[in-house]
Amino acid sequence: MTEPLIKEYGSPGRKGYSLPELDVPEENPGERLPAGTVRKEAAELPEVSEVDAVRHFTSLSNMNYGVDSGIYPLGSCTMKYNPKINEDVARIPNLANIHPHQKEKYVQGSLEILYKLKQYLAEISGMDEVSLQPASGAHGEYVGLMIIRKYFEKRGEERTKVIVPDSAHGTNPASGTMAGFDVVEIESNERGMVDLDSLREAVDDDVAALMLTNPNTLGIFEKDICEIQQMIHEAGGLLYYDGANMNAVLGYARPGDMEFDVIHYNLHKTFSTPHGGGGPGSGPVAVKERLAPYLPVPVLKKNGSEYYWDYDRPDTMGKVHAFHGNYGVMLRAYAYIRTAGGEGLKEITENAVLNANYMKHKLKDTYELPFASDSLHEFVLSGSRQKKDGITTVNIAKRLLDYEQYAPTIYFPLIVKEAMMVEPTETENLRSLDRFIETMKIISREIEEEPELVENAPHNTVVRRLDEAKAARNPDLRW
Amino acid sequence: MKYISNTPPEQKKMLQEIGVEEISDLFQAIPENIRFDRPFDIPEALSELELMELVQEKAAKNLDLSKFDSYLGAGSYVHYIPSIIDHLILRSEFYTAYTPYQAELSQGTLQAMYEYQSMICELTGMGISNASLLDGASALGEAVIMARRHTRNSRVILPKTVHPAYRNVARTYGEPHGVEFLNVPLQGSQLNLDSLAEELDDDTAALVVQYPNFYGSLEEMEKIAELLENLKKTLLIVVANPIALGLLNPPGEFGADIVVGEGQPLGNGVNYGGPNLGYMAIKDDRRMLRQLPGRLVGKTEDVEGETGYVMTMQTREQHIRREKATSNICTNQALNALMAAIYLATMGKKGIQEVANQCYQKTRYLRARLAEIEGVEVVNQDNHFNEFWLKIDRPETSLEEVEQKMCEKDILPGVNLAEMTDQKGLLVCVTEKKTRQDLDNYVRSLEVVLND
Repeated sequence: MTEPLIKEYGSPGRKGYSLPELDVPEENPGERLPAGTVRKEAAELPEVSEVDAVRHFTSLSNMNYGVDSGIYPLGSCTMKYNPKINEDVARIPNLANIHPHQKEKYVQGSLEILYKLKQYLAEISGMDEVSLQPASGAHGEYVGLMIIRKYFEKRGEERTKVIVPDSAHGTNPASGTMAGFDVVEIESNERGMVDLDSLREAVDDDVAALMLTNPNTLGIFEKDICEIQQMIHEAGGLLYYDGANMNAVLGYARPGDMEFDVIHYNLHKTFSTPHGGGGPGSGPVAVKERLAPYLPVPVLKKNGSEYYWDYDRPDTMGKVHAFHGNYGVMLRAYAYIRTAGGEGLKEITENAVLNANYMKHKLKDTYELPFASDSLHEFVLSGSRQKKDGITTVNIAKRLLDYEQYAPTIYFPLIVKEAMMVEPTETENLRSLDRFIETMKIISREIEEEPELVENAPHNTVVRRLDEAKAARNPDLRW
Repeated sequence: MKYISNTPPEQKKMLQEIGVEEISDLFQAIPENIRFDRPFDIPEALSELELMELVQEKAAKNLDLSKFDSYLGAGSYVHYIPSIIDHLILRSEFYTAYTPYQAELSQGTLQAMYEYQSMICELTGMGISNASLLDGASALGEAVIMARRHTRNSRVILPKTVHPAYRNVARTYGEPHGVEFLNVPLQGSQLNLDSLAEELDDDTAALVVQYPNFYGSLEEMEKIAELLENLKKTLLIVVANPIALGLLNPPGEFGADIVVGEGQPLGNGVNYGGPNLGYMAIKDDRRMLRQLPGRLVGKTEDVEGETGYVMTMQTREQHIRREKATSNICTNQALNALMAAIYLATMGKKGIQEVANQCYQKTRYLRARLAEIEGVEVVNQDNHFNEFWLKIDRPETSLEEVEQKMCEKDILPGVNLAEMTDQKGLLVCVTEKKTRQDLDNYVRSLEVVLND
C-alpha cells in the first residue's frame, strides 16, 4: 500500500485556500521592481483541494508510528510519553502569539516562565547560569564547546584537543570539530567505562575538555568520575557533560556536584517534549559561574520584578539562533517539570531505571549482554549470538516492526558488535515491557526455527525492506 | 502527575524478578560522595487544573499580538495559517515519532520530508533541498562553513544588508574555521555595489546576499550575478524569504549556489521566534551534495519493487562520519518542515502567488501613503517586497516617543532599527493579513502622533 505524492492529487485551477479579496489598488510589480526580479514562471506547487490535502497527510500519518502508537525503545533518545496538557499549554494564545521583536514589557509572563525554567534547570543540574538558546542537543554541545573555546582564548591558553570516550553520545565528535577542536577518542575498559590509563595518556596541556556522557550510552555510570574530573582539572582542562542521559540521574546525582563545568540538556528527552518526527528539540546549556560571561547573547535576567534580555556581554561566544531558541518547546518542558514536581522528578528516574533493569534481566539470557556492569536507564545487548545463525541485528530490528513495536537504537554504541541499545523509559507499563520482552524471545526462537522469516522482515509494514544502497547510489531527492 | 504507570505492587514484583530489595539498590553504581542528598528546590507536583490556572495567570501578563495591530517583521512574520495545519500536525503518529531511523515504520514522516524537499526546490529554483536545519540564522552559519570547506578559501563577504542576528550567528559559526568576514556598507537601503566589487577576488569563498535584504530592499541581483561571473570558485549564498519567492525571481535563476533562510513564514506561527525552520537548498551538483549538512530523504524501492522513502547519503552525517561529518546536526525541525509542506501544498501554485502579491501591494500602498506625510521618509526606492525602512525626521519628536504613542493607539509600528543596527528608523512589515482599513488607520495615527 503506497500513498501517491501530494502533487498527484492536483488538477489545474483546484484550490485549497481562501484569502480575502485584495482591497488596495493593484499595480504591476514589474513596472517598479528592479529589472529581472519578478518571477516569470510560477513555482510548480500542487493544486489540490483542502480535502485532498487532509486525506493525503492523514494517510501519511497512518503510515507512521509514534510514542502514542506503542513502545519506542530507542536508546539515548528517551522516547517517553508526551503529556497532552503540555500541547495545550504551548497553544495558549497569549503565550504562543507573541513576536520576538515585541518589547520585554509586553511579554513579562513568558519571560517569567523562561526564567523559572532556567532556575529549575540550574537546580536539577547543580549549575549556576543557563542559556535556553540552543535549538537541539547537538546545538547545545556546540555552544558548550564554544564557551570553552572562548574561556581559554580569554585566558590566553591555546588548547586544541577535546577528548571523547568511545561510549559517548554520537554527536560529540562532530560537535568538537564544528567548534574547531581536534577530537581524540579514547577507549572504554572491559567494564564499559572510561579506561583511566587511556585517559591519562591522552591528557596533556593541549586538552581543552573531556566530553562525558554519564551514564554513558551503555547505560553505565562512570564510577571513576572523581578520578576522571581530577585528572582533567589538574591538567587545566574543563569537563563537559552531555545531558542526553539525564533521565537516569534526576534527584540521584547532579553534574555540578560531579564538578562538571558545562552541561547541555535535551528538553525533548528528559522533559518529555514531543520529538516531532525529528524535531524541534531544545538543548539548553548550563555552566558554572566562571563560564557565565561566555554564554550566547542575550541572557535572560531579572531586575527587581522585571525580566529582561541582557545583551551587554562583551565576552560572549556569540549567537547560534536568530531569536531565543525553541520557545514553544520550553513552555512544554516548564509544564512538565511543574506537573512532575521536585519529588516526582526523582520518581521518574527511579521508574526509568527500574523498567530498564527489569527488561535487561529478562533478556540477558536470550541475547548476549556484553557488559555486565550495573546499568541505569538503558542497556546494550548484542546480536552476536544470533549472527552466528546468519541473522544480523538489523534483521531483528525489522522483525520487531512486524510485531508493531519500534526497534531499539541499533549498531550504536560502536564498541558493541551488533549492538541494540534499549531505553524503555518510565512511562511504559509492565504489560508493555513484558510484550516487548516476549517478542524479543519469539524472534530469537524464530531465528533458530525459521530464520528466513526474520531475515526477510519486515513482512507486515506498509512497505517491506527498503533498498538503502539504491537510494544512496542514485539519489532521487525530489519530484 | 508523573505519567508513571506501574503501581507499587508491580514495582515490587519487578524488583523481585531482578533480585533486589529496593529501587535505590539499582543506583549503587553512583558513588556515595557525589550523591545528591536533598529534595530538589522545585515546587511540588500540580494537577492539570492547577497547572492550567498557573500558566494562564502568567500568560495574562503578556500582551500578545491580538491586542495590537502589529507591523513587526525582521525575521519573524505573521501570515495567514490555514486551519488544517494544526489539525494535521496534531496527528500523534507525526508529532510523537522521532527521526525515522526505522524507515518501514516511518513512511509518513519520510514521504512528507521528500515532498517538503521537492517543494522547497520548486520555490527556490534549486536542485536539492535538505530536510531542514534549526533556523534561518544557523542555516546561514552552516552555509558559510560549507562554502569554506567546498572552496578551501576563507574570505566570506557578509554585507551590512544581511539581518544583524544572522551576521552574528554566521560569525560565530565561521570563527573556529578561520573564516575571515568582510563587510560591505549600505548605499541607501541596498548594499554598495562599488564596495562589493572591490572586495570580491579569486580567493573569496562566498558572497552572502539577503533577498529581500534586512532593510526590505531587493538588491541588484542581475548586477551582482555579473560581478560573480568571472569568479568561478566563489559561491553565491542567498538568504531568501520563501514567501517572497511567490512573486520574485527564484535565486536559482541568477546563479545562487546555496539558498538558505527562515521557513517560519510558511505556515508556522511566530511563537516568540521559535521553533522556527531553517531551510537549505543547493545546486544539483554531486560534489556540493557531499558537503551538504543535515538529513536528506530519498526515494527508493522495497524488495517487492514498491516505492518507499529512506534517509539517505548518511555517510555525510555525524553518526557515521563522526568528527569528519559535514555538520553535527542530528535533531532538526522536522515537525516545522511538515507544517511548511502542508502550507505549500494547501496554498499551492496560485495561493503562494496570491499571498506574495497581496504582501507586495499592501506594502506598496502603505509605503506610498506614509511617504506623503511631512518629515517622513521611506528610504527604499521602488525595490521593496513586504518591508520598508521608515525614517521620521521631526526634531520635536523622538522615534521612541512615536513608538510609544503608536503603542498607546494599539499599533506596533515596526522594529526600531536602533535596537539592532547603527541606523535610525523603523522597519515596517506588512503582510496579506492587513486590510486597507488597518493601513489607513496606521497612516492616520502616525499623522496624529506627529502633529500632537
